[in-house]
Formats: sequence, C-alpha cells, structure tokens
Amino acid sequence: MAADDIAPDTALTLDAGARALRADGAWTLDRAAALAPVVAAASLGVGDGLVRLDASGLTRLDTAGALLLLRVLRATGEPLAAHALTGLRPQDQALLQLVAASLEAPPARPVPESTVRRLLGRIGLAMVEFGHAAVGLLGFIGLVLVRLLRTLVQVRRLRLTSTVFHMEQIGLDAVPIVSLLTFLVGAVVAFVGATALRDLGAEIFTVELVSISFLREFAVLLTAILLAGRSGSAFAAQIGSMKSREELDAIQALGLDPIELLVLPRLLALLVMLPLLTFIAMLMGILGGAVVAVLALDITPSMFVSRLHEMTDLRHFLVGMSKAPVFAFLVATIGCLEGFKVEGSAESVGRHTTSAVVQSIFMVIVFDALFALTYMELDI
Amino acid sequence: MSAAGTPADRGTEPVIEVRDLHTAFGSQVVHNGVDLEVRKGEVLGIIGGSGAGKSVLLRTILGLKRPASGEVRLFGAETTWLQPEERRPFERRFGLLFQDGALFSSLTVQENVQVPLLEYYSLPRDLLDELSLLKIRLTSLPADAAAKYPAELSGGMRKRAGLARALALDPEILFLDEPTSGLDPNSAAAFDDLLRTLHEALNLTVFLVTHDLDSLYALCDRVAVLADGRIQVIDRLEVVERHPHPWIQACFRGPRARTSGGGPEMAKER
Repeated sequence: MAADDIAPDTALTLDAGARALRADGAWTLDRAAALAPVVAAASLGVGDGLVRLDASGLTRLDTAGALLLLRVLRATGEPLAAHALTGLRPQDQALLQLVAASLEAPPARPVPESTVRRLLGRIGLAMVEFGHAAVGLLGFIGLVLVRLLRTLVQVRRLRLTSTVFHMEQIGLDAVPIVSLLTFLVGAVVAFVGATALRDLGAEIFTVELVSISFLREFAVLLTAILLAGRSGSAFAAQIGSMKSREELDAIQALGLDPIELLVLPRLLALLVMLPLLTFIAMLMGILGGAVVAVLALDITPSMFVSRLHEMTDLRHFLVGMSKAPVFAFLVATIGCLEGFKVEGSAESVGRHTTSAVVQSIFMVIVFDALFALTYMELDI
Repeated sequence: MSAAGTPADRGTEPVIEVRDLHTAFGSQVVHNGVDLEVRKGEVLGIIGGSGAGKSVLLRTILGLKRPASGEVRLFGAETTWLQPEERRPFERRFGLLFQDGALFSSLTVQENVQVPLLEYYSLPRDLLDELSLLKIRLTSLPADAAAKYPAELSGGMRKRAGLARALALDPEILFLDEPTSGLDPNSAAAFDDLLRTLHEALNLTVFLVTHDLDSLYALCDRVAVLADGRIQVIDRLEVVERHPHPWIQACFRGPRARTSGGGPEMAKER
C-alpha cells in the first residue's frame, strides 16, 4: 500500500441517536494515538444495543485500527456478529473477525504493593538468597575438598595437561600485568610515605614502609584481586558457557566428573600460581619503592638493600605468603561455583561472571581482615 | 478465511526485487548473480542446501549485510547502499522472525512485542497493552505467556512470541528464517496453519526461508531454489519439482521427500 492512499480525514461519526456509526479514512497504527480519544468518547456515547456500522469510507484497516473499531462495538455489550456492518471490504472483514476472536478483556494490571512492603520484601529476599548462597558455597567447598583428597590419593586421576594449561593462563600470562601494577603501587606508597616522613626527618623509614606493607599485605592482596578479575571471571565464564551449551550434562552422561575434570585443574593451577605471582608482586613492589627512594629521596641502592636486610623480618614474608593459598582457594571455588550456577541463557553467563568477581573480591578482603586480626592477636 | 484467492488473483506488482546480486565472505563466493522477485501478497519459499546462502540472501535484502555488487529494490526503491538511518522507513514495513525468535531475554514477551511500538509510536498505555496482548493472542500463545520471560518458554512458544513481535508494526512483508526448524512435526504443522491464517487475514507478503518440505507444500505460492550461487528456478511447486537440477531432484525425489504429487499426508520421517 502506497502512502498516498491514506485519506487525511480519518474519523468516526455517530448519528441517528448514536445507533449509526460511520468510520472514514485510514484506521492504522500510525493514527491509533489520534483515534484513541475519539474512540473512547464514542464508546461512552453508543450505550447498549445493536448499531449499524458504515465502513464504506474506510480506506485502510490494520490490527490496531481493528482493535479500536472493536472497542466501540464492544462497548455496546453485543458480539461483533450481531451488528450490521456495511461497506467493509472482504479482507477487512476477515481481519476484523480474526482480531475479535483473539481479543478478550485485557487482564487487570496488578495493583502495585506499597513501597515499604516492597522494600521489606526485597531485604528479606536478599537475606534469604544470601543464606542460600552461603550454604551453597560451603557445600561446594566441601565437595571440592573431598574430590581434591581423592585425587591426591589416586594421583593418576589428576588431569595434568589441563592443570598445566591453566597454570600458563593464570600464572605466566599474568606476570606482566601483576609486575607492572605492583611496581606502580610500590612507587606510589614510597612517594606518599616519604612526603610524610620527610617532615620528621625519617625518610629512611620509607624502606620499612614499602617492604613491610608489601610483604604482609599489598602484594598478596593486589595479586588476589587481580586474579579474581582475570581468572575468577574466566572460570565462571568458561564453565558457565559450557553449562549453557549442555556440555556439563554431556560430561556427566559420559560418566565423567565435572568437579574432577573442570574444577580441580583450575583450583590446583591457582593454588600453585597465586603464591608464585605473590612473590613476584613482592619483589616488584619493593623494586618500585626502591626506584622512588633512589631517584627522589637521598637513599642509595646499597643503603636501601642493607636497611631492608637489617630491619625487615622474614616473618613478614611468611605472613604474606600464608594468605596466598587461602585467597587462591576462595577465588577458584567462587569462580567455578558461579559457572555451575549458570542456567540457560547467555545473559545468565554474564550475570554470574560479574557475581563471581564481586563475591571473590569481597571474600578476599574479608579474609584479609580476619588474617590481620588473627596475626595481630598472635603478635606475629 | 477466504479473503486471499489463488496466486493468479494476487497482484504481480513486485515488492522485493533482487538483480544480479553477488556476495562473498572473503574469497568464498556465496551468491553469483542472484535474480529474484517477490510479488505483493504472495508467499515465496526459498529452499537450498545448508550453506547455499539462503540466510545471507535474507540478510542482504534486509540490509544487514552488504553485497559485493548488485541491486536490491524494496517497494520499488533502490535500497542496496542506504545508510542505516535512511533504511528506517523501510524497516518499519518489515517484520522479521529469526531462527530462534531472537527475543530480548531481559524483557517479558509482552514487553518484547512493545519494543517496536514504543520505538515508532507514542500510544496511550492502555492501547499499547491491549495491542501487544492482541498480537500475542493472534499467534495462539496462551494469555499467561505474555508475562513470561523468553527463557521460560518452549522452542515453539518462543517462535510464536518472535512472530508476535514481528507482527507488532503490522508489517507488509514478513521475513521468516526457518520458522519450523527445531519444532516437532505437530508444532510445525500448527505453526504453518498459523502462518497461513495470518498471511490471509493480515494481507501479508511472506518471504520464507526453510528446510521444511511440509512448510513449502502447506504455505508457498511460489518456490525459489538457491543452489550454486544463483536462483535455479522460481515457480509454482509443481513446476519446481520437475526441474532437472540435481539438488532439486535429490530434494524432491530423495528418501525424505513426500510422495510425488504433494498430497496432504505428512512425511513419515523428519
């Protein structure tokens, strides 16, 4: 239908005591907004009983127009077939009948609940979901530990190729980013510390500031957060997309164990690589601090090294390193679990990937705080 | 519904014309001179082997893919090289059903149907709701499907919901990309019935890409066979069946073909 056959005088006219209707022009979707109030007024006007509808002036009718026309006819309380319709083209008649057959009273819109109720409902729902998530995570950790122990007993069950592959992806490929990031943070810490310490004439303490903060906290924390974003998300996305393509069902149907096949290689790889990366992070952070100390402060490299040697205890290094496997376990299990939680759509993969990153960073920081408290009480 | 008559009664005015179309992905040539004409009000079926370029042809006509050379005319106007904004007046006259419905997964079925309506028109809320619900009912979905999300629907229901969205703007041309693939025989037959009813009542021109011989027999006025990069034949099915091209013979005379003559019985196997 070309655009030029649209009559400009689309209208609905009532006369003869509102028992005769005339529909003119094009009753189409692009005029529906303008026609809606006319139709509403006419629907009030017609009242009960049968009408005659003269549609000889109707040039075009589509489903939206048919819907509007039926609104008027419906307002009379009589079925479509009872009314006298004249001048309708056969295809319009067919359309009108099809629409009438498909049309039922629209369901009432649900009454919105009060804001307070909804707020309380959401809080309650969030708490329940949090509880379920916690139980789910604990259950999954237990399952993974059992499988891990079984694999340690029967070492030939270990998927060595897969584990090494993940070690490369998680560890080796992350060395540049981890190094750069911790180097920069080390430099920043040295700068910030030096400015404050210079006023006290205690610039030399910058060495301890950088070394202790990096050995105890920053190196492992930064590495864990980085790997949560880099590898935890990848675990969730990889396993999640396998789940959504029913590959996990295929694995089970073939008599294989998804935990053993997918989770353990990733977990073991992360358990090995996160401490190693932490070590690199410690070195690079201290190096960053040293560069700043040498260039911006009056500390020579040999002074820095001897000071580091004398004043920094081995225990700081051990404290930092002791956290690495715990963080690795958290990041790996949360990433894999979120992957398993994916259902169906690609959208779900995205949602669970995000959730894996948020949860693992959250848990890493919570556990770091617990470690700090414990070690403080133990005077380590 | 007897509004639409036999193919001979329908106009011969072409709404889609494709002339000497060449498309390629890198060095792999897909179309090597496709000529095609879709007439107003007809149901044209496109068949061809997997990888013959049926879906690419559909995407080229819609402007989702640019050809290497050739011409596409829609409603008499050349649209091959139009910019996306210049295409929009044409796009609202199309409805498109993708293979798996391509519903927006974050929206309910009813909201999916409302997307094009909201984009192009500002309708009162109650009319918008009633109209979108009407489209959902027209595709024979149960009323409670309107509030569901695509992930909660079966494959057949997703196709119906996709069809409801394709019909939202009362299109003049409906493009269907393998509408019955992945459906069981009964659902596929029901979907064919639905398409025939809607085609006649809504006065649609239908461009149907399919693998399904039953759909061809049930729906199509004319059938075009795409093979070896070009349209081998485009005519009524009885004529197409007798074409000597080996792919066509294998298709219509092969083990999965219906008994010749195209009776109403279903193919025994799928």
